Amino acid sequence: MTSVDRTSVATTAAGSDIPRPPRRRRSAGGWLLIALPYAWLIVFFLAPFFIVFKISLSEIAVAIPPYLPTIDLAEGWSNVVDAVGAFSLENYIWLTQDDLYWKSYLSSVKIAATSTLITLIIGYPIAYGMARAPREWRATLLMLVILPFWTSFLIRVYAWIGILKNEGLLNQALLWIGVIDQPLTILNTNIAVYIGIVYSYLPFLVLPLYANLEKLDISLLEAAGDLGCPPWRTFWTITVPLSMPGIIAGCFLVFIPAVGEFVIPDLLGGSDTLMIGKTLWTEFFTNRDWPVSSAVAVILLLILVVPIVLFQNQQQKAMEKSQ
Amino acid sequence: MRKGASWFNVTSLVLGFAFLYLPIVLLVIYSFNESRLVTVWGGFSTKWYVELLSNQQLLDAAWVTVRVAFFSATLATALGTLAAIVLARSGRFVGRTLFSGMVYAPLVMPEVILGLSLLLLFVAVDQARGFWTIMIAHTTFAMCYVAVVVQSRLAGFDRALEEAAQDLGCPPLRTFFSVTLPIILPGVIAGWMLAFTLSLDDLVIASFTTGPEATTLPMKIYSQVRLGVTPEINAVCTILVGLVTVIVVTASIVTKRQEVLKERDMRQAEAQA
Amino acid sequence: MAKKPIGPIRRDFAPWDDPQARPYIEFRNVTKKFGDFTAVDNLSLKIHEREFFALLGGSGCGKTTMMRMLAGFETPNAGEIFLDGQNLAGVPPHRRPVNMMFQSYALFPHMSVEANVAFGLKQEGMPRAEIAGRVEEMLSLVKLQDFAKRKPHQLSGGQRQRVALARSLAKKPKVLLLDEPLGALDRKLREETQFELTDLQQDLGMTFVIVTHDQEEAMTMADRIAVMDKGRIVQIATPSEIYEVPNSRFVADFIGDINLMECKVVARNGEMTKLHAPLFDCAIEVAQSVEAGIGETVWFAIRPEKVRISFDEPEGPANRLTGEVWDIGYLGDVSIYHTHIAEEETVRATVANRSRVVERPMSWEDKVWLSWDRDAGVVLTR
Repeated sequence: MTSVDRTSVATTAAGSDIPRPPRRRRSAGGWLLIALPYAWLIVFFLAPFFIVFKISLSEIAVAIPPYLPTIDLAEGWSNVVDAVGAFSLENYIWLTQDDLYWKSYLSSVKIAATSTLITLIIGYPIAYGMARAPREWRATLLMLVILPFWTSFLIRVYAWIGILKNEGLLNQALLWIGVIDQPLTILNTNIAVYIGIVYSYLPFLVLPLYANLEKLDISLLEAAGDLGCPPWRTFWTITVPLSMPGIIAGCFLVFIPAVGEFVIPDLLGGSDTLMIGKTLWTEFFTNRDWPVSSAVAVILLLILVVPIVLFQNQQQKAMEKSQ
Repeated sequence: MRKGASWFNVTSLVLGFAFLYLPIVLLVIYSFNESRLVTVWGGFSTKWYVELLSNQQLLDAAWVTVRVAFFSATLATALGTLAAIVLARSGRFVGRTLFSGMVYAPLVMPEVILGLSLLLLFVAVDQARGFWTIMIAHTTFAMCYVAVVVQSRLAGFDRALEEAAQDLGCPPLRTFFSVTLPIILPGVIAGWMLAFTLSLDDLVIASFTTGPEATTLPMKIYSQVRLGVTPEINAVCTILVGLVTVIVVTASIVTKRQEVLKERDMRQAEAQA
Repeated sequence: MAKKPIGPIRRDFAPWDDPQARPYIEFRNVTKKFGDFTAVDNLSLKIHEREFFALLGGSGCGKTTMMRMLAGFETPNAGEIFLDGQNLAGVPPHRRPVNMMFQSYALFPHMSVEANVAFGLKQEGMPRAEIAGRVEEMLSLVKLQDFAKRKPHQLSGGQRQRVALARSLAKKPKVLLLDEPLGALDRKLREETQFELTDLQQDLGMTFVIVTHDQEEAMTMADRIAVMDKGRIVQIATPSEIYEVPNSRFVADFIGDINLMECKVVARNGEMTKLHAPLFDCAIEVAQSVEAGIGETVWFAIRPEKVRISFDEPEGPANRLTGEVWDIGYLGDVSIYHTHIAEEETVRATVANRSRVVERPMSWEDKVWLSWDRDAGVVLTR
């Protein structure tokens, strides 16, 4: 099953175990092999970031494209120099002045961190249960975790609208049971955003964690028991520390994309739900302020660089350890 | 491994999977609702599916989406497989760190950033936006997923197989096509399927990189969803979910069956010896 | 005239003793480094045509690297490798006239047995009909004619090993390289296959180079063995020479079981050397001339099966020890007696269990005598 899943992405990213081969002489074909994907990523992944950065230093204008200055190499070098001279940090200053932005950043990080924690609390027992399930069940369980991955993200978020809204299925059920006598307002609040993130990203956390827990040597737990350690303490002193790489990998895989999430806060959150992905979207599509949205993206990227680098370092360490 | 899972494990699994599946199941059920009020059950009906077929806009969007997904998945698979081979095989080379960074970063990069940056690139080179720009954008982020999937397949690959081919007189390029590719093919196919569904699903990147004449299905769904839950959308979603489920479950059953057969063969061979 | 070591000898085949003989494979001052690690250290080696040559050593000794350099998968940092007079530098693996049998067998999982064996022949563009003939010939050579259509996973370990062998022999290479060829087989199958491989090599008249960590494998099959350690060759000799006349404590200890006693040279008299082992308080006479002066430290090495053990005091003033039986290892065919000498030291003696009953069995803490002949042990200077 693992060959057909979107989540071997998550698991491999977590336990990437390809040893670094030695330097070897390369033929022309070998260079071409490297050059093709390399060039594609430089043109379509790396270069755009520099353009974003450049435009974040520009000014909004009523023009096509809607910013100034534009650099046109056809008009000669002096044009470039003029353009560079016209760059300003104005957009960044603007970001600090309007509290919408820094509140968005803060609230994004807060929402992402809280949801990551909730995901961990919900996901750990699932991963643990899967890893302890009878061997012949595990492939099926794994497929069940992976399957939602393949279904559209948008659809899965959309499905919650019908459940969470005032006259929705959750409220109907609760009213029917008699737990509440007034429908709860959940949709268009931060709670709905938490639910959406936890639901959407749960498999990202379960998979690396499962991959880790499955490898855990049962005889270690038996040894702890044999030496007089009760099961709950064995769990805290043996299982949890040994599954730390899986926990960390899973948490990063939830936290990093959740910070920049747009669809979930947009569809499930309320007007007071501040998340930076949504702010950027509004700035770009509604206000058509390309320079400011570029500046928002640059800062978001700077915020995420730290966890991304930490994540990659952790991967590297886990990889070296496994060798 | 202790047989017979504990009540705690069973409970957490049941609750966990209920959480994962209940929303989708409800969505599917309510797509067969007679009533237009999506939360009130008005009896079984397939009328929303019939209505879909006459919704030309939706069908057009679906066709655009499938074409984008097909082309971008194919291109992403080619590039991603190359990238995986480079990462797994090329040893150290100048810029390796940058390269592996560029391969892994899009996996966690927020889509708004990817979408915005690609759009600004297309604007900067004055490229008209539409079908092809979405395709390029989807290729870029899907190739990274393909690379990771194929790389995991390559990780379990016995290098001695390639060496054996060369030892028997097979030049490197031919070795790739006659030995390496057939063996990693399941990974490559899985990568293609992943790239295809990623492209099929994507709303954010497509919204940034599209032009006036190309609207994808997720964009269409999104614009309708913003207006509220409708049974038509439930029906579209059900079709998509059903399609993906059938493909994924079939693929995994086929793989599983092959594994079982292979295991049986191996046992027989050892028993005969 | 010194006696020759016992052991099988291929009559009339000892090209390594002939200074005029042209080596078939030659390593000239080859060095290979992986980062800071020197896998092969300035090593020179000559292998002759039709020889069955074994590279023997523990893991990390450089033996596999030697083989991989010969096959072309590694490039030496310094030095040259010649095959049949041709310098192999710059020749890629697919153009080298050597074939290799891989430790993992490396059978292509997506091809049938037939297609695996035919693979190499197809690469050299052999006509289809000829390929079919050769494949059949090879499969009958390894007795797998009935398995041609099977896939590798439908074969047992032993059968896979034979397919790998057939595949590497199909192109009739000048040299066949075998990387731990029997490592994955169980003991019984391994013993059978050892003899089959030797016969095959004799019949085909091919040069075989085998890499192994298993001394028994090397001893049974090879004409000559190179014992390697830390990227260097410690000794190259025939199996019996390696066993009976090791040139160092490393080789003596690596191959088989041995008792080592640190000694001082007491007297030298032509072919006779007298030693004294202080820790054992033992006088030793050896029928061997030694390159060491009086008073220098040397080591006396004697195999356990060449030590006699008895209740009766042996004759003569030298080559005898007395002690207490400390441990007895009963292995069925032989028993190993660990005898404590002077409280601290242990000497092992192996006794073949020739009859099922003995009048007076040896037991723990029995007082016994150990003794040996003058030509039973060797003196090692390093």
